[in-house]
Amino acid sequence: MIEVDKLSKYYGERAAIRDLSFSIAKGEVVGFLGLNGAGKTTTLRILGCLLLPTSGSVRLDGLEVTHHPYEIRRRIGFLPDVPPLYPEMTVGAYLAFAARLRQVPSRDTAERVAEAEDKTALRDMHNEIIGELSHGYRQRVGLAQAIVHKPAVLILDEPSAGLDPAQIVEMRNLLHGLRGEHTVLLSSHFLSEISQTCDRLLIIHNGQLVGQGSESELASSMGQGGNNMEAEIGGQSPELAANLETRLLEISAVRQAKMGATADGTTVFDIVASADVRAEVARLLVGAGCDLLRLERGESRLESIFMNLTQRPPGGAQ
Amino acid sequence: MTATWLIARRELSAYLRTMGGYVVAAAVLFVNGILFNAFALGADHSRLSTEVLSQFFYLCSGTIMTASVFLSMRLLAEERQMGTMVLLASSPVRERDIVLGKFLSALLFLSLMTVAGVFMPLLILVNGKLSVGHVLAGYLGLFLLGSASLAIGILASALARTQLLAAIISGGMVVGMIPLFPLGSLTERPLSEVLFSLGIWHKHFPPFQAGIIHLRDVVYYLAVTYFALFLSMRVLEARRWR
Repeated sequence: MIEVDKLSKYYGERAAIRDLSFSIAKGEVVGFLGLNGAGKTTTLRILGCLLLPTSGSVRLDGLEVTHHPYEIRRRIGFLPDVPPLYPEMTVGAYLAFAARLRQVPSRDTAERVAEAEDKTALRDMHNEIIGELSHGYRQRVGLAQAIVHKPAVLILDEPSAGLDPAQIVEMRNLLHGLRGEHTVLLSSHFLSEISQTCDRLLIIHNGQLVGQGSESELASSMGQGGNNMEAEIGGQSPELAANLETRLLEISAVRQAKMGATADGTTVFDIVASADVRAEVARLLVGAGCDLLRLERGESRLESIFMNLTQRPPGGAQ
Repeated sequence: MTATWLIARRELSAYLRTMGGYVVAAAVLFVNGILFNAFALGADHSRLSTEVLSQFFYLCSGTIMTASVFLSMRLLAEERQMGTMVLLASSPVRERDIVLGKFLSALLFLSLMTVAGVFMPLLILVNGKLSVGHVLAGYLGLFLLGSASLAIGILASALARTQLLAAIISGGMVVGMIPLFPLGSLTERPLSEVLFSLGIWHKHFPPFQAGIIHLRDVVYYLAVTYFALFLSMRVLEARRWR
């Protein structure tokens, strides 16, 4: 669906992206991860035909962005980091305007607007003035304008930026609802959102692609599982707990097990492992007669992958 | 054309839904009214009807150029400032549609505003006579002058990052085109002829003011409009490279 080949964009002497190559299949939901200034927005703006690349090619449905921008823009829905809203318009009028701009025939416009409003839970806001909406609603209107013409490809730049935790969950559910209908490329700072929403990740650092694949593919390709976990147990004497530390290290994938105590008197083990050994750890602790109170991955896998990839020097790209 | 009309309609409704448009319209009508009363009618009210009418168009030409600067400054600069340009730029519309749509809406609003002041020339009927031809020629002149000024304003709005900068640039360009005529009288032929013909007001507006329509003046204003709009489209296209 989308093929990017050796894409570069220079702002004067400075390269925002360099030799970026990746492809996205039809129906995939792909997350674009990177620190601020890594080149995410530049790449998305090129895909959205807002910006022309310095070199390289971007094909969407077989069409080259530099040669067929007009045709490509009919096939994409774009939500920039700041939603492009006219504050004086009502939600309904704005969405109708966006639909008509994207060449939705006037007889179908009302129906498409209603569909987009349903998908983004904006039905009750149809007659509200955009300037009077809260940030969360504005973000939804932004998403609604991107899907109102049923584009084949959706490009979303930071769809959850500035939302509160409840709104982030809502936005994630909205994005889940779009799965299957569109090929989606989204960028985000929220690692948890990306890992829950996307099939595949593209990690970009200093304008270069430093990793791509699903979360587990990335983890295994890096030779570190990010399988660190935390186990909390109760009802143990300190001596017995110290003994458990040694026994935990006997599990082959466990590299490190450190014991600590919590404020309410329970014992916590920080376990560093090269594979997912939660089952073995649980069996061992329960078998030793402990009350296993909690067992969870201590650090998000994605977080450690991300930190690992983006803290390498730029030349060390894969 | 559909996209042009869509953009023009949205823009026109923005003028009508926000304070900005009304403020400009009210200010223009207010200033025109005061100027008409104070200067066009003359101190002793003994002027000829045609003289009053000519003075009225003379005064209006100034306010219409000023109004054009204020109406056009927001057209593209505001879209960029607010981030709404992305909606247009990521949609299948051409730069031509964006520029023409914006221009048409502003021209329509400016025309409505100008026509709303038609009661002033009609007041001449109370004590004098009115030549319909003179009135139509004068309004055609105002329309063409407004169109050229707006087009220059749109070019400034395409170039500038902010609305304020757009107003300063377009004001500079419009005002800068006025003294070309007096500058021409300081130079020798053929440069003087070029400068005379390029000035936006002195050579081309007074005939309309007197009720005379010269083809060369009509062509001049249309050419300025076309040239400025054409450059605006090019500026927008070039922005995709940055």
